[in-house]
Amino acid sequence: MNLMGFPILTAVTFFPLAGGILLLFIPKAQEEFLKRVALIISLVEFVISLPLFIYFNEGVAGMQFVERIPWIPEWGVNYIIGIDGISLLLVLLTTFLTVLCILSSWRSVERMVKEYMVAFLILETGMIGVLVALDLILFYVFWEVTLIPMYLIIGVWGGPRRIYAAIKFFLYTMAGSVLMLVAILALYFLHGKATGEYTFDLLKLYQSAFPINTQYLMFAAFAVAFAIKVPMFPFHTWLPDAHVEAPTAGSVILAGVLLKLGTYGFIRFAIPLFPLAAFKAVPIISVLALIGIIYGALVSMMQTDLKKLVAFSSVSHLGFVMLGMFAFNVQGVQGSIYQMINHGVSTGALFLIVGMVYERRHTRMIADFGGLAKVMPAFATFFMVVTLSSIALPGTNGFVGEFLILLGAFKANPVYGVFGATGVILAAAYMLWMFQRVMFGEVTHEENRTLKDLNLREIVILVPIIIMIVWMGVFPKFFFKKMELSVQNFLYGIKARYTESVTIPRLGEGESIVVEEGVGDEGTGTEGQHMMEKE
Amino acid sequence: MIELVWLIPLFPAIGFLFNGLIGRWFNLDKRIVSWVACAALGLSFLFSILVFFALLKIAPEARDAVPDKVLFDWIVSGDLKTVIGYKVDPLSIIMALVVSGVSFFIHIYSVGYMHDDPGVTRYFAFLNLFVFMMLTLVLANNFLLMFVGWEGVGLCSYLLIGFWFDRDAPANAGKKAFVVNRVGDFGFLLAMFLIFAHLGTLEFNGVFAGAHSLDVVTVTLITLLLFVGATGKSAQIPLYVWLPDAMEGPTPVSSLIHAATMVTSGVYMIARCNILYSMAPVSMAVVAIFGAATAIFAASMGLLQFDIKRVLAYSTISQLGYMFLAVGVGAFSAGIFHLMTHAFFKGLLFLGAGSVMHAMSGELDMRKMGGIWKRIPITFWTFLLATLAIAGIPGFAGFFSKDEILWQTFNSGHRYLWLIGAAAAGMTAFYMFRLVFVTFFGRCRASEEVQHHIHESPPVMTVPLIVLACLSVIGGYVGIPHILGGRNIFHEFLQPVLGGHPEATGHATFSLVKPAFASEGAAMGNGINMELLLMGASVAIALIGIGIAFYLYIRKPEVPKRLGERFKTLYTIVFNKYYVDEIYDACFVKSTKRLGTFFWREFDDGVIDRSVNMVAKLMLWLGGVLRRIQTGRVQGYALGIILGAVVIIIFLMR
Repeated sequence: MNLMGFPILTAVTFFPLAGGILLLFIPKAQEEFLKRVALIISLVEFVISLPLFIYFNEGVAGMQFVERIPWIPEWGVNYIIGIDGISLLLVLLTTFLTVLCILSSWRSVERMVKEYMVAFLILETGMIGVLVALDLILFYVFWEVTLIPMYLIIGVWGGPRRIYAAIKFFLYTMAGSVLMLVAILALYFLHGKATGEYTFDLLKLYQSAFPINTQYLMFAAFAVAFAIKVPMFPFHTWLPDAHVEAPTAGSVILAGVLLKLGTYGFIRFAIPLFPLAAFKAVPIISVLALIGIIYGALVSMMQTDLKKLVAFSSVSHLGFVMLGMFAFNVQGVQGSIYQMINHGVSTGALFLIVGMVYERRHTRMIADFGGLAKVMPAFATFFMVVTLSSIALPGTNGFVGEFLILLGAFKANPVYGVFGATGVILAAAYMLWMFQRVMFGEVTHEENRTLKDLNLREIVILVPIIIMIVWMGVFPKFFFKKMELSVQNFLYGIKARYTESVTIPRLGEGESIVVEEGVGDEGTGTEGQHMMEKE
Repeated sequence: MIELVWLIPLFPAIGFLFNGLIGRWFNLDKRIVSWVACAALGLSFLFSILVFFALLKIAPEARDAVPDKVLFDWIVSGDLKTVIGYKVDPLSIIMALVVSGVSFFIHIYSVGYMHDDPGVTRYFAFLNLFVFMMLTLVLANNFLLMFVGWEGVGLCSYLLIGFWFDRDAPANAGKKAFVVNRVGDFGFLLAMFLIFAHLGTLEFNGVFAGAHSLDVVTVTLITLLLFVGATGKSAQIPLYVWLPDAMEGPTPVSSLIHAATMVTSGVYMIARCNILYSMAPVSMAVVAIFGAATAIFAASMGLLQFDIKRVLAYSTISQLGYMFLAVGVGAFSAGIFHLMTHAFFKGLLFLGAGSVMHAMSGELDMRKMGGIWKRIPITFWTFLLATLAIAGIPGFAGFFSKDEILWQTFNSGHRYLWLIGAAAAGMTAFYMFRLVFVTFFGRCRASEEVQHHIHESPPVMTVPLIVLACLSVIGGYVGIPHILGGRNIFHEFLQPVLGGHPEATGHATFSLVKPAFASEGAAMGNGINMELLLMGASVAIALIGIGIAFYLYIRKPEVPKRLGERFKTLYTIVFNKYYVDEIYDACFVKSTKRLGTFFWREFDDGVIDRSVNMVAKLMLWLGGVLRRIQTGRVQGYALGIILGAVVIIIFLMR
């Protein structure tokens, strides 16, 4: 059921919330102390999330560490949480990045420190909740929970146009989620009507097969909600505004994790729930992803504001994620998941770096810099490595993800692969041009001549990122073996049901599949078995 | 011993990490840094030699079947399984020897050359990283790891071209090199996808063993895409434009990366894939034609340049064209042979140019030099030897390799390509001797100040010059053609990888392309006499080139100027390198930027975001309209209630 009788996943999910409540009891004035406690909470959270990775049984395809408690039984709402190889890595990314975010807020957040830290910790619970929830209502609750702290982080601690950006972020995402809520309810009723069992249990709903027209509608509702979050072209315009106005840590967590909730939504909900519609949507999603890759890169190239540049580069990178996912083969999907993590690490790092230089100069305009490499050599080194990761240089994490995505896309449809690969050229162009204008050349602005190089705290923030970049680039197998079976299971599931819903459009019809040799030790609960045999 | 091949790239990697992390963090003394870097290369070279001799002990026919040394799994996903693994065979070990050997001497030279530069730690860290990547490229046992090296050397090239990043020109040149190379890498990537999609593996052994199952169209597409990659890395038409600009980097970097090693990796890659290319006659023809065209085009651009390093850069592009011509006509080992001799003499020419700069207080313009040969004798004599080698004077290394390429080209029936090659050889002799005459002879045109400081470089720089000079002289004797009574042990050594003896392969491969010409070529009387005749012809062409240079720049130095005025248009076009950079800038760079701006301003802000905000405004407007219903007058509400009730009743009664 869970780790040696300890509900570890619940602990990981709610520990930040508990920590946030604890912070409420600390007097507002003790800012240093508040920060330290928040940091310790996030560190402990990271440490207790590590056993998830260590004890995760890579020989099991289904959900692990599953906990199941009735919540509103009369409506079929349960508290069900669990992770598989796909969400595992994202959960760890969340706990990892939160630590760095809190560290990076040390100096940049000057007012209402207490509220800020509480918001951040609640946000962490919300994000992990989304990643572990296996009940649609529970998922929806967490999904909405992430909105509010982020809205506050942008709206309270943001830049000059923070109100506009925060409201835009909130309403835009909300518009999508409302559609999704309708689809969730429709799913509930249709499934209930067909089987007599009214439930929001995702794993049970996976087995339903709806007529194609119903699938289209519901897939569309889910897809729009997630596409806004990703964001996919043309739903991306909230992102640059949100990024530009958000404080550094807000941008980091927004790019690092919140956007991944959109791509994760596709892989966990939209695709496996409606595989037939997902298959039919491949051309649409792939083309939008390709437009995102190329369009994002071109627009990014011309930006004058560093944060906006990174924001548009996110549109391009997330295009890769979607392209790989909808290739529906092992390489594409694994590359896609890996790219989610990569993007969290390297784009998170880019925002951290922009934040560091912003703290010194209080500007993010590229034209205000130039020649910084001479003044800040250590900064230049870190920035360079992160830039290289972002342009997917072999040896860094970015390459592994992009290579697999493009390979998968090429296998699925060579045209997608060819167009996607042009993004590789464009990425080099816009990132290196930006790097050159910021870091190289002569120091043209006097204020830049006296900038201080990184301090110890900043180095402590960046070193783990560099380690991850190289580690994930050189030893990807360490991470891949954790998700291998889950991805195969994902693909097997949707492909099996794709054919099934075409040939036998009946509900609840399942066939057992054997996914490798699943070892059912204490890490596997009944749910694990359930998932393995769900087809 | 052979299993220790992984140590060859490991030492420079350690050197990089040591200098890059410890050296920079603790600000280590530059002597420690330099010697760590050199020692890393020394060990790497030593192990290359050891592995080479270990390989020699194996029977020749088994030398291409040495098991790969696999270190660990790299990217494993579904049916894709790639490893970090090294391949030892005659081809890879020759490359490893050339790379580690030449790098070793250039590292030593750098100790002297970069002595006063404050960034010396960074320099040596990057240089070590480069050698690591280059050795990864040549020793890799699969396409993906080769691609790691391939992009890795591109990165180091970027970092080292832009080494003096506080000036704009180097920073621009570095970025240009990287982006142009990425265009090539795009081709390489697609080629890998195609290979994997059809053969299910990226490992050399598997790919080449399964190649016969590919159909002609696929294999042609694969090889053409790989060639796109090669045109980027090896600076061939149309992607050569980054290499002249790359001269902004420190001169030893130009010597190592942009002459001796990195730029030849395209040739190596094609030779490595000789099985694939042999199956694709169209690709072979494309490679040969692009090679020959680049050879003459770049040579013509080198004719009029005044910047020493630029002349050498165009010369490099041109010589790389020869190598592609060689592999394109199926003379793979001749291409590799020229790659090796070129590494010696072109590496030396750049180092010599660096030594000249060192003497002339950093001057690069040969118009401001002259008459200095007595002042810097070692530099001059070694430079001269290298020039004789590149000009193809019998007895020097370049003669054997270049002549073999020309002969193979002719012999395989490509008489027009031979003609182009021969003409380019004449140009090469001309511009190289022009360079020597203008730089070292005549009246000294430098300022008093500079003249006063002219001095020979220290031994740490001249010893590498001398070593490379020796190699430029004797390096060709491993490949003496049969016709001159030699054994051509170079070809024999490479034969297990690159196929039968060149005379044989040349025909076999090329009978696919132009059987008529091939047989005609062979039928043109006694083949042996023909070979001697052509050899004589190419020597004569070289001598003519030298003669013209002598006449124009020693006997009648006023003539070139008059000629330039007479043919002003032609002169301007060639002097400005046919305006290719400008054309590219207008076609690709500016239009991409315009497109980006259009998308951003007009489409993103103007269409998408405006519609998003319009929806918001629409809601506000709707709210404003609906607000008027909320009048607060009870009569109005009562009316509403009654009307509503009526509607419901009607609906229910229906």
